[in-house]
Amino acid sequence: METLDGETPHGDWEELVGVALLGTERRQGSPEALLDAAAVQTVRRRAGLRPAEAGPRPEPAPRDPRPAPPEAARRRLAQLLAGRSGAAGGGGRRGTAPDLTELLPQWLAAAGRYGYRAPAALVPALLDAARARTDLRPQALALAGVRGLWLARLNPDWRFALRGGSGGGGELPEVTDAAGVERLWQEGLFAERVALLGAVRAHEAAGATRLLATTWATERAEDRLMFLDSLRVGLSEGDEPFLEAALGDRSRNVRATAAELLSALPGSALAGRMAERALACVGPEGVTPPAECDAGMLRDGVVKRPPAGRGERAWWLGQLVEAAPLSCWPERFGGLGPAEIVARPVAEGWAEELHAAWCRAAVRQRDPGWSQALLGSASAPAAAGPGTASIAERAKLLSILPEGERARWVAEFVRAHGLSEAFQLLGVCGVPWAGVLGRAVVDALDAARAAGSYPWSFSGVMGLAERCLDPAEAGRLEALTAAPEDPDSAPGAAAYWSEAFQRLVATLRIRATMLSELTPPL
Amino acid sequence: MTEQGDRWTAEQVLALAPDVASRKAGGRLGGPGPWSQTGGSASGAVWGLCKGSGSTPYRTVVDLTGPAYKCSCPSRKFPCKHALGLLLLWAAEGLGEPGQAPDWAGEWLAGRAAKAARPAGGPAKPVDEEAARRRAERRAARVGAGVGELEQRLSDLLRGGLAGQEQTGYAGWEETAARMVDAQAPGLAARVRELGTIPSCGPGWPARMLEEAALLHLLDRAWLGVSALPEPLAATVRNRVGIPGASGEGEAVRDRWLVLSQYDSVSADGRLTTRRIWLRGLGSGRPALVLDFGPPGRPPGLALPVGLVLEAEARFRPGSAGLRADLGERFAAATPCAQAPAGVSTEAALEAYGAALREDPWLDSWPVVLGPVLPIPGELGWQLADVEGTSALPVALAGGRSRSGLWQLAALSGGGPVTVFGECGHRGFTPLTAWQPDTPEPVALV
Repeated sequence: METLDGETPHGDWEELVGVALLGTERRQGSPEALLDAAAVQTVRRRAGLRPAEAGPRPEPAPRDPRPAPPEAARRRLAQLLAGRSGAAGGGGRRGTAPDLTELLPQWLAAAGRYGYRAPAALVPALLDAARARTDLRPQALALAGVRGLWLARLNPDWRFALRGGSGGGGELPEVTDAAGVERLWQEGLFAERVALLGAVRAHEAAGATRLLATTWATERAEDRLMFLDSLRVGLSEGDEPFLEAALGDRSRNVRATAAELLSALPGSALAGRMAERALACVGPEGVTPPAECDAGMLRDGVVKRPPAGRGERAWWLGQLVEAAPLSCWPERFGGLGPAEIVARPVAEGWAEELHAAWCRAAVRQRDPGWSQALLGSASAPAAAGPGTASIAERAKLLSILPEGERARWVAEFVRAHGLSEAFQLLGVCGVPWAGVLGRAVVDALDAARAAGSYPWSFSGVMGLAERCLDPAEAGRLEALTAAPEDPDSAPGAAAYWSEAFQRLVATLRIRATMLSELTPPL
Repeated sequence: MTEQGDRWTAEQVLALAPDVASRKAGGRLGGPGPWSQTGGSASGAVWGLCKGSGSTPYRTVVDLTGPAYKCSCPSRKFPCKHALGLLLLWAAEGLGEPGQAPDWAGEWLAGRAAKAARPAGGPAKPVDEEAARRRAERRAARVGAGVGELEQRLSDLLRGGLAGQEQTGYAGWEETAARMVDAQAPGLAARVRELGTIPSCGPGWPARMLEEAALLHLLDRAWLGVSALPEPLAATVRNRVGIPGASGEGEAVRDRWLVLSQYDSVSADGRLTTRRIWLRGLGSGRPALVLDFGPPGRPPGLALPVGLVLEAEARFRPGSAGLRADLGERFAAATPCAQAPAGVSTEAALEAYGAALREDPWLDSWPVVLGPVLPIPGELGWQLADVEGTSALPVALAGGRSRSGLWQLAALSGGGPVTVFGECGHRGFTPLTAWQPDTPEPVALV
C-alpha cells in the first residue's frame, strides 16, 4: 500500500526513521518531540492508506460444465476429507467408530460415475489428499477437473496433478475438430496429450495411431513408452502395423511393450511366430525348452538374460509360452480342452514353469476358459489341484472371470479354507460383494469368533468387509454385535468381537447413507 | 424448528468443535448408527440417545438458540462428541417433524427457558460507591506511575537510537513489560512485549519499531490527560491501557446479527485461548466483535457457526471504536442467512479503516466485507483486487495462520469474483470468510 502523495510526504517519515535510528543525542533534539511527530505521522499514514496497484490477474479457470453434487453429498465429502487430515490417531484398538478415511475412495468413485465435479471449496483438500495417496489420485483429479488443474499451475505443491492422469473434463477439443486436435497434440502438456489420445481412440481406433505416427520419431523414449502403454485400452487388430513397427524401436522398453501388446492379439503375426516357437517346445510328447535365444526371438521381445537364480532355457520357454496364443494348444494336444491339457502330467519338473506361463498368457489374453482351467476347484486343497497354487496368480486369473463367477469361486474358497488366505482373492471381487460372497465372509468371521480367535487376526478382512460388504447386510450383522457370554471363548475376545462387528455395522450404515446422498444428477 | 430450510451445514456444526480430536470423533457419530429416539422441537432444540461402550446410552440435547449443550457423558469438552454427532446427523438428514421433548431433555430445556425469561443481573447489589471510587483512584495512581516509567524508557530508547536494538535483544523489554503488569496496565504490557519482538522481524523493522514506539507514547500521553478527553475517546484509552469497561454499561442494539467469522488464537504462553466472533447487524449494518476466552486446555464456551443469523440484543462496550459487544437476550433460534452480505471496494475498505482510526488511533484493523474482488496469488504476496479498475489490497496472514485458507479462497474464485470478509488494516487484508457469486453459503477460511 502507498500513502497519499502530498498529504504525508514520504520525506518527512523517512527523515524521522533516520533520526530514530541514530538517536536524538547525536542530532540535538528531544526524544519526546520525535515521538510526538512520529505518532502524528503514523496515524496520518495509516488513515491515509490507498490501495496498491493490482498485479497481473490469473487467467480465469475454464468453466466446468459438470453439475455439483447434491448438498448432503457435498457435506459428506467435506467430512471425509476432514477425517483424513485429523487421522493418524491412536493406533491399537479402533473401537466401534467407523474409519471414514477408507470411505473416501468409494465416494469419489460414485461421484465420478455420476459425472459430478468437486465443490470448489473442497478442491484444495482433494488435491492434498491426492498428493498424499497415489491410489486416490486418478479419481480425485478427475473430480477436481479443470479447477484442480488451474490451481495446480499456481501451487508447486500440486504440480503432480499436471503430470499423468486425465486432464479432467471440459478442456479437450472435440475429436472431430481436426485443427484443435492437431494444435493440442503439438502444444499440449503430456497429461493433456494422453487424454487427447484416449479421446481420439475412443472415437476412431485408427485415428489414435495415425496421430501418434505424426510425431513418433521426435518423442522422448519415456513418452513413447507411455503413449504405447495407453494403447492397452481398446487394443485391436488395427493397431498391429504400428506395434509391429515399434518392435524395431531404439528403446528396449518400448520394444518389450510393443511385443507384449502384440502377443495379446492372438491373430497378430508376432503371436503366430511365438506360437510356432512354443509349439516346437511343448507337446504331448513332453517339454523341450529352446536351445538358444536367436535374433528373431530378440526382435519379438524375448529378454535374453534371466533374472538371478533362474536357468536361461526355462526363462526363454516361459516367455515363448506366455506370448503364444492359447488357441494354439488344443490342436497340439489332439483336441483336448484347456482343463484336460492343464490336468495332464508334465515330465521332468517343467510343470511349474509351464503352468505359470499359461497363467500369464490367460491373464494377458483375457481368456476365461483357460483361467477357469488353471484356477481349478476352489474347494480342493491348493497343492492337490491341477492348476496353480499361488494365491497371487489365482487373484490375477480371477480378475478376468465374469463378476458373478468370481464371487462364487471366492465364496467357495472361503467356505473351504477360511479367511486366512482369502485376503488377496477378496480384493479382486466386485464391490459391493455379491450376496453369496458376503454371506461366506460373515459366516467365516462368525466361525472364527466361535473358535476363540481374536478379531485383530482378521483386521485385514474386516477392513475389506467395511468397504466392500453390501450395506444391505447390516441388518443381518446386527445380531452379531451382541456380546455373548460364552465361558469357552478367549478372555475378553467376545467384547472385542462385538466391538468389531459394531464398527462393521456402523460403517455399512454410513456407506448406505453416503451412497444414497449421491443421487444421480437431474 | 421448521425442517429442511433452517438446518445448519456440516461445516457450521464442525466449526463448533473445540479441537481436531472432537471434530473427528463427532464426525464418526454423525450417522444414524449409534442413535435412537432422536427428535427436535419447534422451539429450536434437538435430542437423542447415543449408544456408547456402556450399557446405558448417553442422553444428548442441544439448544440451538444458544447453542447450548447437555450430555450425560463424562466428557469435559463443550460441545462433546455426542453433541457434535447429533448436530451432524441433524444437519445431514434432519430429525423428522418437530415433536415433544422426552422428559430428560425437556427438564433441562425448561430450565434454560426459565433462566432466559428472568431479568438479567438479578436483584441489584448495594454498591459501596465510595469504596469503589477509592479503588479506582488507587489503580489510576499505579497506572500513572507505570506510564511515567514507560515514557522514560521510550525517551531513553530514542535518545540512544534504534540502531543498537538488534543486538540488545528482548530481555530488557520483557522486564519493562513485567513492570507494566505490576502497574496494573496489562494493555501497556502487551504492547511493550510486541515492541520488543520487532527488531527480529526482518527488513523494515526500524520504521515499524518507530511506529509502535510512537503509538505507545501517544497512549501514555493520552492516559496522562485522560480526564480532559471526550468520553468515548477516554474509554478507548482506558481499554487500551488495560482497564476495560464493565460489560453491562454500554448501548444495547437489537438486530438480526449475521455471524461473519469465528476463530481462535492462543496466547504466546499457551495459557489462554481467545475466540473472536465477528458479527454484522443486518438491520443496522453495524459491526460487532464478541470475544470469549478459554482457560488452559479448555476451549471458549461461546460458539456461533459462520453464516447463521441470530436475532439478539448486543450490548456495546464504550470506547474502542464501538466494536466490542456482548450478546444479551436472544429472541429466536439461529437460522442460516438467505444471502451473502454486500461488499465494498478496496478504496472504501481503507476509508472505513481510516475513519475508525479517528475514534481509536491504536486500531490495527477494521472488519470489512470486500467484494466483488479477485484473489491474485503471487510468489511474494497475494492480493485482493477490485473486479473493476486496478486497485488492490495486499493480503496479510495475521497471527501466523496457515496458507491453506488462501488456497481455498483461490479455489472458490477460480479467477472469478468472490466476496470476502476479513480484517482490513495497515498490514493489509486478512481474509476470514468467502462467498462465491450466487450462493449465500459462506466458506470459513480459518
